[in-house]
Amino acid sequence: MRYLPKSPVERKEMLAAIGAKSIDQLFSGIPERFRLREALKIPGPYSEAEVIQYFKERAAENSDGYTSFLGAGVYNHLRSVVTDAIIQRGEFLTSYTPYQAEITQGTLQAIFEFQTLMCQLTGQEVANASVYDGSTAMTEAVLMSERLTGRQRVLVARSVHPEYREVLKTYAKNSGLRVEEIPFTARGTADAKALQAALKDDVAAVVVQSPNFFGVIESYPSLAELAHASGAMFVVVVTEGVSLGIVKPPAEADIVAMEGQSFGLPPSYGGPFAGVIASRDKFVRQMPGRLSGQTTDSEGQRGFVLTLATREQHIRREKATSNICTNQALCALTATVHLTLLGKEGLREMAEQNLSKAQFALSELLKIPGVRRTFDAPFFNEFTVEMPRSVKILNSQLLREKIIGPLALGTAYPELTKHALVCVTETTPRAEIERFAEALRRALERPI
Amino acid sequence: MRPQNIKEMNKKTKKASRHTSQNEGLIFEKSSPGKRAFELPSLDVPATDPAKALGADHRRAGIEGFPEVSEIEVLRHFTRLSTWNYAIDLGMYPLGSCTMKYNPRVNEFVARLDGIATEHPYQPQELSQGCLKIMRLLEQCLLEMTGMDAITLQPAAGAHGEMTGLMLIRAYLEKQGNPRKRVLIPDSAHGTNPATAVIAGYEVENIKSESHAQIDVEKLRDLVTGDVAALMITNPSTLGIFEQRIPEIAEILHSKGALLYMDGANMNALTGVTRPGDLGVDVMHLNLHKTFSTPHGGGGPGAGPVAMKKILEPFRPVPILVEKEGGRLALEPVRPNSIGRVKAFSGNFGVLVRALAYILAYGPGVRQATEDAVLNANYIRKQLEGVYELPYSLPSMHEVVFSDAIQKKNGVNTMDIAKRLIDYGFHPYTTAFPLIVPGALMIEPTESESKEECDLFIDAMKAIAEEAATKPEIVKTAPHTTRVRRLDEVGAARKPVLRWKPAVPRSEAAD
Ligand SMILES: Cc1ncc(COP(=O)(O)O)c(C=O)c1O
Repeated sequence: MRYLPKSPVERKEMLAAIGAKSIDQLFSGIPERFRLREALKIPGPYSEAEVIQYFKERAAENSDGYTSFLGAGVYNHLRSVVTDAIIQRGEFLTSYTPYQAEITQGTLQAIFEFQTLMCQLTGQEVANASVYDGSTAMTEAVLMSERLTGRQRVLVARSVHPEYREVLKTYAKNSGLRVEEIPFTARGTADAKALQAALKDDVAAVVVQSPNFFGVIESYPSLAELAHASGAMFVVVVTEGVSLGIVKPPAEADIVAMEGQSFGLPPSYGGPFAGVIASRDKFVRQMPGRLSGQTTDSEGQRGFVLTLATREQHIRREKATSNICTNQALCALTATVHLTLLGKEGLREMAEQNLSKAQFALSELLKIPGVRRTFDAPFFNEFTVEMPRSVKILNSQLLREKIIGPLALGTAYPELTKHALVCVTETTPRAEIERFAEALRRALERPI
Repeated sequence: MRPQNIKEMNKKTKKASRHTSQNEGLIFEKSSPGKRAFELPSLDVPATDPAKALGADHRRAGIEGFPEVSEIEVLRHFTRLSTWNYAIDLGMYPLGSCTMKYNPRVNEFVARLDGIATEHPYQPQELSQGCLKIMRLLEQCLLEMTGMDAITLQPAAGAHGEMTGLMLIRAYLEKQGNPRKRVLIPDSAHGTNPATAVIAGYEVENIKSESHAQIDVEKLRDLVTGDVAALMITNPSTLGIFEQRIPEIAEILHSKGALLYMDGANMNALTGVTRPGDLGVDVMHLNLHKTFSTPHGGGGPGAGPVAMKKILEPFRPVPILVEKEGGRLALEPVRPNSIGRVKAFSGNFGVLVRALAYILAYGPGVRQATEDAVLNANYIRKQLEGVYELPYSLPSMHEVVFSDAIQKKNGVNTMDIAKRLIDYGFHPYTTAFPLIVPGALMIEPTESESKEECDLFIDAMKAIAEEAATKPEIVKTAPHTTRVRRLDEVGAARKPVLRWKPAVPRSEAAD
């Protein structure tokens, strides 16, 4: 087998050195009757070419050749080939968690740079080295709020990603957290009045997302004020990080839970991505996940180490701030390289292009008789429209023209059946936006 | 030793060199306004004025301090940083419990294919059959290897899998009328086990291992009362020793209505040789980033599928992969008894792809990998026994745990030996874990090491033992050849500096 570096002779030599008669003898610790006698029933062995062939065949059964208007937490963005050239270097790819600082300074400095970039983007003071994804970042932010306030009621805007809310509920079930939802207004924003009515001095966290699930940008300052007046943590979720290139950061938040997928990570059918937690310096000791910190070596040179480990499971066990161990390090490195390549101007321009394309797409769709905008609040690269017919049926007609239509909102929001969430990024060519609008127009002209 | 002159040179000049002690600042320190490394295609729709579209309240002027550098600078920066890392690609990485095996490059290639990396989790399922078939085949292979009945690929890592597994147990027991209170965890367990039990709403009861590091079955009989939900066991244990009485342990738990959770982090010792399902395990996680070769990437990402017996199947987290008529696959988002969703979307799919590529490359021959891993660990054990103290003498599987008891007499501890190993060109083994071995040296070579590499490692370990006896200072001050020397961890924690800040202009600083 090509991955195994031993010849039969070498195996024999090693067994002899050990003093074992056969390899079976080394497994003598396993009771005889539990040892497998037959070969596993799994396919293979495949040569490299056959492995590639298998996956190419699977790839061909997917959506190659279609144009998509899906976003909803996973976005298509341009990425430079330089990113993969760097993250595929064996020194990054095949290294472990940087516990031995002297020979993992590369990873440690890159994480430190990642933490810095995340602080700059979110307007926060400290960011961790990543958690699994945006949904678990949000959940960890809520658990962190619980520890900081000693309270157990959580108010989450319904305009937060439905799957993120589901994940929070899964964790909440066993921890005594009581999760309540705050409705959205006719403009698609979190309902401040309802929030005010629900807020009491037992609330640990108020959670909103911006741009929210409908693509609408929330107004942080007033919501933050309400939360703070009751002594609650104000948690802001960001699923589309590119927005931060032109949209004010959630500086008023106590904790930001962000999904880093938009920073150079391909959609990859839902993962691996990178969740980020950013917060205030004063809350750092309640943060989950690893942190890289600057220090000096015995000769006074600058270096980096994993620090404040007394929050973590390997030191604190059942008293840790989280059970997380393996995180999404290589995804965080991807984001670091990608954002460094984009730089200040590149990220701003990318964000501006998203905004312009989404505005253009909206104006094209609104030209179609019967299509109306659902919410009139400012949005970034996603917006919601109401169709005169079932979105699911329209989408199946669009599929015939190799267009993956917008997300039907009815499943997650029964009051929004016939409404669809449209996403357009810098990767969507104008011609495809026009083709989509045209195909939709034709679909709607067809008799039911 | 580290030549004095290089250190002096570094102080005098900022020039980078190929040497591992080259200087390389933070990317922010290279930034200068107007430089760029990325250009977008020109905009093909009318430009929108952000101030107008967003409103003045929402408009951000610019990101302060964000880097402005050119493409070559980015490439050099990260390439230089990379040279400060040790990696499997450079040599043996014997971190116990971490299974640092070769990460096949074809796995990276197939995970990046158009039609794989490009797929959106919400695209119609009729256009996702390729992704779903990959998940299906991986499920089937993992079930065959574990001898379990049902599986979820959702969890993002081992700890996430543990949490999912305990939630399954809790849901099952709740359905029986009582979720129970406590989870038993041996003192040799990994830190994620107790941390996870708490998140799943359980109290942790630590149980002491008996003198030869196996679970004390007689004591366990007394410990398993009606309020025990489960025992979390690692098999082979973190000492690399198979829990021989595991079927009996399972029986004790089952007779009291409790379940057996197995931490499958050490599955590299068992794959193709024995199956946890046959041993009486009810639920377990696998670390695809250990046993199944997906790269650690400096700490992640991973994937922690959870395999279980039939009784737990109804509680699996959504979405659930099902086969419809005509063999069409679908992910179902709702199930009445499900514990719910543990992560957005459909697992760390890209990691699942890599793991399947690994399995297909071996096929049933994966047993040979297990055998070679165990062969390597035992070879190293044999050669180093006596040189280092072996606290437990039961047969080793895929890893061997020594202690620093002999070297301690000269004031040299496991951390010193680990740091000295760096000078010999190896990554250290795992230090200070498992907690039940004071001064542990936990060595897991994996099957990816040739006899030659094992011999080099053994020579290095013997040489260090010799140094510890004759000139301990050199070991205690190691490493001597790295970019940085031992770092001030206490200082880092006392006054945390966790991000770069622009230097304050001198005039302001004076105010
Ligand atoms: C024995 C054991 N259990 C659990 C874990 C946790 O797995 P992960 O890091 O994937 O969360 C590890 C990994 O470090 C481990 O070695």
